[in-house]
Amino acid sequence: MKSTSLRRAIVPGIAALALTLSACGGGDAGSGSEGGSDVSGSVAVDGSSTVYPMSVAASELLSEGSPDVDVTVGESGTGGGFEAFCAGKTDISDASRPIEDDEIAACEAEGIEYTELQVATDALTMVVHPDLDVDCLTVDQIIALWGPDATATNWSEIDPSFPDEDISLFGPGTDSGTYDYMANDVIGAESETTRTDYEASEDDNVLVQGVAGTEGATGYFGYTYYEENADSLKALSIDSGAGCIAPSAETAQAGEYTPLARPLFIYVNKANYADNAAVAAYVDFYIENLADIAEIGQFIPLSDDLYSETQTALEGISS
Amino acid sequence: MSVAATTARDMTRVVSTGRSKDRGVGSLVFLGALWFSLFFGVMVLLVLIIDVAIAGSPRFDSALLTEYGSIVSPETTGFRAGILGSLWLMLFTALLAVPLGIAAALYLEEFADGERWWNRMIEVNLQNLAAVPAIVYGLLAVAVISLMGFNRTGIVLGGAVALALLILPVIIITTREAVRAVPQDIRQGSLALGATVWQTTWRQTLPSAIPGIATGTILGLSRAIGEAAPLIVVGLAGSVRFDPTGLFSEITALPMQIYSLTSQSREELQTAASAAIIVLLIMILGLNALAIFIRNKFQKTW
Repeated sequence: MKSTSLRRAIVPGIAALALTLSACGGGDAGSGSEGGSDVSGSVAVDGSSTVYPMSVAASELLSEGSPDVDVTVGESGTGGGFEAFCAGKTDISDASRPIEDDEIAACEAEGIEYTELQVATDALTMVVHPDLDVDCLTVDQIIALWGPDATATNWSEIDPSFPDEDISLFGPGTDSGTYDYMANDVIGAESETTRTDYEASEDDNVLVQGVAGTEGATGYFGYTYYEENADSLKALSIDSGAGCIAPSAETAQAGEYTPLARPLFIYVNKANYADNAAVAAYVDFYIENLADIAEIGQFIPLSDDLYSETQTALEGISS
Repeated sequence: MSVAATTARDMTRVVSTGRSKDRGVGSLVFLGALWFSLFFGVMVLLVLIIDVAIAGSPRFDSALLTEYGSIVSPETTGFRAGILGSLWLMLFTALLAVPLGIAAALYLEEFADGERWWNRMIEVNLQNLAAVPAIVYGLLAVAVISLMGFNRTGIVLGGAVALALLILPVIIITTREAVRAVPQDIRQGSLALGATVWQTTWRQTLPSAIPGIATGTILGLSRAIGEAAPLIVVGLAGSVRFDPTGLFSEITALPMQIYSLTSQSREELQTAASAAIIVLLIMILGLNALAIFIRNKFQKTW
């Protein structure tokens, strides 16, 4: 009696498992290899989670024409990516900031030669809760808000014209290239840190929810995340001396949205590019289709000048 | 079961069915607290599962299982690489952990002299190992794989070593329980007929303990299949667009893919992640159901 009823309960579970298994064993009736190259081999990419969608998009588009190029893309952060890259464990490192001195030293110590290729522009976006009556910040005010010595807890401390409301801060964790960019390139303090009394998360969706759900909250992250959530957040314009500039594709490309527009890079291991046809195929394809890939990754495509610079750098790898 | 435990259980039953004469305020409050605890745990679980199921409901389609991950067309992104990767991991985790675990447990139960200090030390450390956080095993696996000379650690072998280390203590402990439950009479009968200790263990004790061992192993595997932390440390990639082909093939796993997708900005990808959580839950429940089935089907009473 008992065992029958149990068996009845088990059958759906096993059936579901079997379904999963059989659905997966569907064979390799792969998308046609017609028109593609016969290059095969494996490519290992790791690094910034910001650039991750672009590198995945590149691998996906490439696999349509060259199904035998096996690309793996990880997202252990810009710093973690360079650590693996300079130990020779990966072929390509995604980065949301330029390589730093200690990382250059690590690469040199292992004899890793690399080329830096800019692949897109991101507009770091400062957002606030939509009801907060603040629209524009100067760079000094950003430092007063996020600098390592900042102590402001109320918006009126930043500027007397701002509302008398408590500040809640949300930002990326210290492993993230976004954090590094804010600390080094926007704030530019010698300690290379921001203030520490804020809610940190590596998951930008958590930051979006935090800012959208807390009165008086502010935070910063990539433009993509603002664009996806524009109805529940308000983006601040930035005044770096030439008036308030709102973040957008145009202002970032034109170089007006300073200092928060930032370049995104991939770093290519030169030796692997020369020796491994799959790495070369992947990188060439990546740069060739950069505008499409940036659009899929929801980043701002390079301006024509920057794109030709990247192309020149790519030609320089093989020589 | 000890007398104390039996008595306690009977008392609990009397209290919970309300047949107790003790109607004091204190006991009623305590009973209420017990009910609340039960209610709380079950409710949180239910709310979580229902919430995830609703979030993932637009994506319960076959593409979820058969397609690779896609950013170009996020509405048909799939978890083929993750599901296959998890299945390969489970296979090799079992191949590594089960023989080692059973052998270790048999040694400790049947051959080891419990009076010796080294055996006592092993006993204590086994209990400790079971409590080590999963992420530590990831670090250990990276070291093992690197020492073996592999440049990339995010391979089937790397993940399998981490997960095998993770569930080894569970398998050893459950196997020991199963072996201990085989009555002494069976061993003595076998020995009396002239069998050696080895023959007795191999032909009598072990076969009798198989149902218990299988249950423990499957429960261990169902824990391992849901782990993401050690696999992140091992360095499994978030995006893989090819099927695993062997022990040294780079892979991703279902929990890794879910983890990676939940932090993406596109809503379609987060929906797909929720649907994949349900797939993972079904796989885990399927394994647990299998464990219950084996236990009930082959259970022996002496």
